Amino acid sequence: MIRFESRPSPSALMGLLSPVIALALTVAIGGGIFYALGKDPGRALAVFLVDPFDGPRALAELALKATPLVLCSLGLALCFRSNIWNIGAEGQFLLGGITAGGVALLATNAGTTVSPWAFLPVALLAGALGGAAWAAIVALLRDRFHANEILVSLMLVYVANLFLSWLVFGPWKDPHGFNFPQTVQFAAATEIPRLFRGMRVNAGFPLSLVAAVAMWLFMFRTYRGMQLQVGGPAPLAARYAGFSSRAAIWTTLLVSGGLAGVAGALEVTGPMGQLTPHVSMGYGFTAIIVAFVGRLHPLGCILSSLLLSTFLIGGELAQSRVGLPSALAGVFQGVLLLSLLACDALVHWRPRLRRSP
Amino acid sequence: MNGLDLLVAATLSAGTPLAIAGLGLLVNERVGVINLGAEGLMLVSAVSGFAVALHTGSEWLGFGAGALAGAALSLVLGWLVIWLNTNQYATGLAVSLFGSGLSAFAGIPLVGRQLQTGSRHGVPLLADLPFVGPALFRQHPMVYLAIALAGAMALVYYRTRLGLVVRAVGESPVSAHALGYPVRRIRLAAVVLGGALCGVAGAYLSVVYTPLWVEGMVAGRGWIALALTVFATWRPARVLLGAYLFGGVTMLQLHLQAGGVQLPAQFMAMLPYLSTVVVLVLISRNPLWIRLNMPASLGKPFVPGA
Repeated sequence: MIRFESRPSPSALMGLLSPVIALALTVAIGGGIFYALGKDPGRALAVFLVDPFDGPRALAELALKATPLVLCSLGLALCFRSNIWNIGAEGQFLLGGITAGGVALLATNAGTTVSPWAFLPVALLAGALGGAAWAAIVALLRDRFHANEILVSLMLVYVANLFLSWLVFGPWKDPHGFNFPQTVQFAAATEIPRLFRGMRVNAGFPLSLVAAVAMWLFMFRTYRGMQLQVGGPAPLAARYAGFSSRAAIWTTLLVSGGLAGVAGALEVTGPMGQLTPHVSMGYGFTAIIVAFVGRLHPLGCILSSLLLSTFLIGGELAQSRVGLPSALAGVFQGVLLLSLLACDALVHWRPRLRRSP
Repeated sequence: MNGLDLLVAATLSAGTPLAIAGLGLLVNERVGVINLGAEGLMLVSAVSGFAVALHTGSEWLGFGAGALAGAALSLVLGWLVIWLNTNQYATGLAVSLFGSGLSAFAGIPLVGRQLQTGSRHGVPLLADLPFVGPALFRQHPMVYLAIALAGAMALVYYRTRLGLVVRAVGESPVSAHALGYPVRRIRLAAVVLGGALCGVAGAYLSVVYTPLWVEGMVAGRGWIALALTVFATWRPARVLLGAYLFGGVTMLQLHLQAGGVQLPAQFMAMLPYLSTVVVLVLISRNPLWIRLNMPASLGKPFVPGA
């Protein structure tokens, strides 16, 4: 019989090991699922976890998928550390995509000829403003009326989805698009510049890495960042020290909304090149898992973004190569987060074998 | 025919899954456990309920499967948050994300299948009354069961010893533990029961309400049910009231459209979500009032002897 004993202090080793153990558990459970579905677990796992790294083009796709995850998860990590439960990054992502898409549409209709590098800051600014504005609604209602930010931010995801759907079915629909719900293809000048010829990965990826370093500096090297994080685990201490919880609500939500908005802008003016009802593959929700698997640490977020984008691409490959539904990626994500939470118990508790009495 | 009787009937039907899920979440929260996994629980049980109802032809077996699926998934949640003391918010979100992934995956072969639902029989005699007959007495039995459930829960919570113990566990687990009650077991039992109710609500959606399976078909009702518990200030009868209010809003958008109101369909479809936000704002405006009504240990882990 195993019993858990409380550790005198949290184990730093286990803090680092627990994501690794959780990943091993997820792979084991995934193998079991493949076996149950009558597929060779070894081959299926290889398609899922190894093939996404096969060659430079595959790595470029991995980086492309990881970009929105890094950006969204950075903001969420800041929120969660400050005990603000923003789980509406998906909606903020969509709004960023809509505002950046709107600007790209304007530029396209005006027949712009500026260079893509000149348009890049415009698109990013538009996205950041859109995402931040959407998150500001949550901050306002939480700050002014104490409305629960979990529920409000989540309801706004559905609203953002419907708003996007109205735009592409209605006023922004391409008149020559054979009645498909989509905008016109944006002008080439509005496309996020690509890093390498023939690959889709673009300037967004290095940008997301810069954002991670900036977030690390902010969290651990500034007084303001420290202030925010005290409010999470010790609200009373924070109040005693004179740190304002109102400021924490606004700062974390605006920063995370802005980052999610930038992610949306990069997606819409990058690989998409137009607005459709399917701008997001659920990046805002996946980023919640990324943030936790990355230990709410900016550099951890980069690693776990790469891991989770492996799952996303692995899911697509599993569909085309071994005939497994790509929805499996979602199952993998959920199993990973649940195992991680279970493994985190090892950080505070020590398993001890005990002879039964 | 002015359609008002149809509106009332449709409101009751649309409010029922919200009522059942809201009551389930109330059971959870009354013992101090917040279940953000509700949306995922409902999705998984909607898939299981639909699959079982499709293969057996019995909607009651479908409800049973939904309840089992909801109970099983909430057992995982309960074990994590009650025994391993994981963060209730993070764990609930994990269950939601896992549930939506699993249901999408498991539901693939069910997409496009249609359930043959039997003809509806009303309550004898009463169903033939003018106006109130069609509006109130030609509903699926689950609609009446939801109302009965709210009544039964109010009785148990406020008139029995069991209710007193369960409320004590949610208000002050330390005192309940000191009195010798097995706090963690009571919590787990409540979480599983609440999960089973969310499961019945999910199965109602896919077996009775639509009746078919579409990915993501719960469409935020799990989250709205969570908002309902706040709206109801954790009282069963008010959950019922709130659920029908939201059911009414959902139905109103369809009726406004049919009535020729010139507003794009997408804006109409936003109404339930926007009204949830508005209701939350109105209710939460007074933080003291919420704090007085909320189970005091909500969201906080309890370690016996610590």
